[in-house]
Amino acid sequence: MNKTDVIIIGAGPVGLFAVHQLGIKGLKAVVIDNLDKAGGQCIELYPDKPIYDIPAVPECTGKELTDRLLEQIKPFKTNFYLNERVEEVRSEGDKWIVKTNNGNEFISPNIMIAGGVGSFEPRRISIKDAEKFENKSIFYAVKNKENFKNKNISIFGGGDSALDWALELSKFSKITLIHRREEFRGALHTLSEIKKLEKQGKISIKTPYQIENIEGNEKIQSITIKDDNGKVEKIKTDVILSFFGLVMKLGPIAEWGLNMDKKKISVNSINFETNKKGIFAVGDICNYPGKLKLILSGFHEVALASVECFKRARPNEKYKFEFTTSSKSIQSRLGKK
Amino acid sequence: MPKITYIDVQKNSKTIEVENGLTVMEGAIQNDIPGIDADCGGSMACATCHVYVEEKWLNKLPKAEDAEIDMIDMAFEPKKNSRLSCQITVTDELDGLKVTTPEKQS
Repeated sequence: MNKTDVIIIGAGPVGLFAVHQLGIKGLKAVVIDNLDKAGGQCIELYPDKPIYDIPAVPECTGKELTDRLLEQIKPFKTNFYLNERVEEVRSEGDKWIVKTNNGNEFISPNIMIAGGVGSFEPRRISIKDAEKFENKSIFYAVKNKENFKNKNISIFGGGDSALDWALELSKFSKITLIHRREEFRGALHTLSEIKKLEKQGKISIKTPYQIENIEGNEKIQSITIKDDNGKVEKIKTDVILSFFGLVMKLGPIAEWGLNMDKKKISVNSINFETNKKGIFAVGDICNYPGKLKLILSGFHEVALASVECFKRARPNEKYKFEFTTSSKSIQSRLGKK
Repeated sequence: MPKITYIDVQKNSKTIEVENGLTVMEGAIQNDIPGIDADCGGSMACATCHVYVEEKWLNKLPKAEDAEIDMIDMAFEPKKNSRLSCQITVTDELDGLKVTTPEKQS
């Protein structure tokens, strides 16, 4: 069981800045996130899109903002638990125990939920029976290429993931690439490689088609695809790979006994604590009168919540408000002398 | 104020007045219209405010940007009349606009 002052759920910009606000107060935190990297929506949804409303930063992309925040919290040497989703939260005395789907357990007086709109999951194929084939014949990611050798693979999607895997797996499997419109949005040079392979008969491209049906009992035998005019086609398929991006699901957060309103956690706007003592919600996932879903609002929320976290983690110490410009203790925590 | 009609998959229809300048997505969220999630809050990054626009209105809407069309690829069951409602800004010209929400958003 890992002991820490604060468990931060969510490694988006607000979760990262929480590390900073806690860190300068001398509190240790761990950060847990379901994605494989820090940055949350900033890195997953708009890494290249500009943001114009970060104070004193006239313009930066989601990726730049994430990189800068990671740089800013470097002195605190925080442990990140990525690719892990918090499954369970339970109380033990006045502390909280958090358990992840990887079996990691943490105990802390404070939990800060900076979960955005929930955890990112692949957008699944929504037709009947798709679920029963999941992880057997339907995949949303390629973890081990070896499992995709000498197969008839139908790949859905028009972005880089779909194009890259079509190209890669065509080396040892028969690929059908299916997309709902003529234009692909993936990298041009990958697309031209694929068009070459199409001419050689190694990849078959089907546009504009969408999935209509899956045939097969234990295993997939074939799939049926359909175009906008109702034209259908059957394709011999062993494996479906589908790349329709990620969606955000609230997941287990809804079951932790927190007061919620329309997928948002209700908090007070003094220290952003929920109805449970020691559980805070900050950033897009929290709601209070006047809440704005802005990154800068999240930064403000963690600054205030971190004060209450300090009081709970250090009940015998008096909290002292300090400025980074003048506080020797903050500067030493930041590695400045 | 322009009136916008939201129809769900069961054909339940709700017509509300939406202030000029708000998006069709915001009109739905502010009036508790179900069927539009808008997870990303209108930054054209998630495709969970996907709607089908009644055919006759399609040409009256400003054309979708490439980024919006790319995002619609990710939507649940996109069709020719698919749009992201966060990218449709309400104006007087759109008074009477009808949109249908898909069976689900994600």
